[in-house]
Amino acid sequence: MTQLPDEHFVDTAPYDPEEERSKPARPDLDAPNWLLIWRKFRRHKLGLISALFLAVSYLMIPFAGFIAPYTANERNPDHIYAAPQMVRLFHEGKFIGPFVYPENAVRDLEQFRWRYPSDRENPAKLEFFCEGGTHYFLALFKTNRHLFCAPEGATVFLWGADRLGRDVFSRIFYGAQLSMTVGLIGITVSFILGISIGGIAGYFGGAIDWFVNRIIEILRSIPELPLWLALSAAVPSHWGPVAVFFIISIILGLLDWPGLARAVRSKFLSLREEEFVRAAEMMGAKPSRVIRKHLLPNFSSHLIASAMLSIPAMILGETALSFLGLGLRAPAVSWGVMLNDAQNLASIEIYPWTAIPMLPVIFVVLAFNFLGDALRDSLDPYSHD
Amino acid sequence: MPILRFAIFRFATMLMTLVVVSALVFFIMNLPPGDYLSNLIAELRATGQESGVAKVEFLRKEYSLDQPLWRQYLIWVGFYPGPHGFSGILQGDFGWSFEFDKPVSEIVGTALWMTVLVNVAAILFVYMVALPLGVLAAAKSKTWVDYTSAFVGYLGLATPNFLLALILFYYGHRYFNLPIGGLMAPEFEGEPMSAAKVKSVLIHLIIPTFVIGTSGAAAMMQRLRANLLDELSKPYVDTARAKGVGPVKAILKYPLRVAFNPFVADIGNLLPSLISGSVLVSVVLGLQTIGPALLTALKTQDQFLAGFILLFVAGLTLIGTMVSDVLLMLLDPRIKYGGRDR
Repeated sequence: MTQLPDEHFVDTAPYDPEEERSKPARPDLDAPNWLLIWRKFRRHKLGLISALFLAVSYLMIPFAGFIAPYTANERNPDHIYAAPQMVRLFHEGKFIGPFVYPENAVRDLEQFRWRYPSDRENPAKLEFFCEGGTHYFLALFKTNRHLFCAPEGATVFLWGADRLGRDVFSRIFYGAQLSMTVGLIGITVSFILGISIGGIAGYFGGAIDWFVNRIIEILRSIPELPLWLALSAAVPSHWGPVAVFFIISIILGLLDWPGLARAVRSKFLSLREEEFVRAAEMMGAKPSRVIRKHLLPNFSSHLIASAMLSIPAMILGETALSFLGLGLRAPAVSWGVMLNDAQNLASIEIYPWTAIPMLPVIFVVLAFNFLGDALRDSLDPYSHD
Repeated sequence: MPILRFAIFRFATMLMTLVVVSALVFFIMNLPPGDYLSNLIAELRATGQESGVAKVEFLRKEYSLDQPLWRQYLIWVGFYPGPHGFSGILQGDFGWSFEFDKPVSEIVGTALWMTVLVNVAAILFVYMVALPLGVLAAAKSKTWVDYTSAFVGYLGLATPNFLLALILFYYGHRYFNLPIGGLMAPEFEGEPMSAAKVKSVLIHLIIPTFVIGTSGAAAMMQRLRANLLDELSKPYVDTARAKGVGPVKAILKYPLRVAFNPFVADIGNLLPSLISGSVLVSVVLGLQTIGPALLTALKTQDQFLAGFILLFVAGLTLIGTMVSDVLLMLLDPRIKYGGRDR
């Protein structure tokens, strides 16, 4: 700072044009949207873990046939209701790599069931990248390679076998292919219906709005499950598994849209009064364009979060329907179809492992719930905690 | 009396809704190609029992299944005279079950009351569990009480009802000697009411109520907790604390009352899911409600039986929602019946 002869003060520092620019009040908020979302999302530990878990699970779906040691409907008549086997590393105190003890069926004439005592003498080493039943790798290439399988004369039922001697572990992987995608298709149907119907009702208002609202109220007031049951009972019994799968997921979606439509509608009612909507309309945008380009992006985050929270309901719905025998049917494999085997108390008591498919159901449903909660919190990065 | 007018208005809307629902139900029941009787005729023909065909044809006439669909619907509800004059659901004739070869009213008879009983018990359970736990979770938010209740709630939400039922049945029987299956001990079946029978029913109700109510209770608890937390952060609560109001009173006196409204209003959302759950759990646990009958009827295309049960279940939900709306009106005079919609 120097004083000029005419008594003015002048800064001696060189002129820096950057100084002139106004700084954002919160420099940490001056970042692209996705970064803000990520920063906030990162703080939800449970949501993060759930996202990771779901990503891994969905990535495994195309590789189900490769990871599973058996194919979905491969029967082992000599090992009906075999108990879960342990993969061990040490045989008589010596490390010999992963192996199982072979099991041979013995009749138990007291309880009239088969028992499978393990043969402790002959450890059977697991084989890796071995040949087994044929499956479609990535749903494209026919192959018979598996990640691991049991050698000749031994079996590897990590989570036991069911009433036809099919491997529960393998079937859970195959079941994931249907059980985890049923929600995705259902949510697509529900989204298309919910957004278009709710959007039209909210945007146009008036008589259409009144009419749509009554439909929503009626559909929401009927218990879902009996309606699901009735609709899936209407599916002709001669349809193939693929057709049944699609129709079931569409049925699940058909009854889910009212909740979404209601949210979209109320949001539209408030948003359509905004200036930017009027501006778009004055410039001659058609209603469909205003809805798609100006209104929907405003709450896409909300939509994503509510999708995450709707998927578990559909997964549980599919499980319940298949469990009751009105959903997917054998030979299709889904978690609900598998649980159908565990329907009575006897299997819970004697063969508890037939109820194992319940665990993936619980984990996936929980993960979607946590992820949805975390997303709902973090997708609006400017909101305060 | 505004409340009376509101109640009447609400009742009228409910009746309208019920009519629409009945049409929907009838439509769904007729979705599958063919019907029970034509299947039966085909079967009888195939096995050469021509004499049976005549009876089936008679039944078809009797229940006017030979009429066009819209007229079948009107006859079923009782708006249009059938072969014996007006005799539809409105007149108390619920139709004929082809599968059981009995009138529908005989099959569902007591099961209707049992369904109501199970669902009322489940609602009571939801409130009894959600109210104290929700308040506790809000008052002690971010402590182990909060986290434990949230964890249990999430687990209840994520576990398929029917499996929870099976597992609880097994362990309940093993460790607490709770009875397995049914809604009463077999010796009371068809007996008149007595203290012992009531006791037997109550004991049998424990597990079904728990299973049906858990997920509803979990959702309800979360909502109450959120509402109460919102309310607790308001300045008037601080004022009350500063003036020396005790911690219990500072929560119960005003914040809880405000947070309580959505709690009552929510029954409209809760009821459909509770009834869905009760149908599923009844099938698994063999409760004598209408659940198992519905499943059989749907599987065999026994349309009058299935249609009536679906209609009954929907009606039960609608009545419950209506009652809760009227109750809410009584509870909170600020709610105006005219502009009730948002």
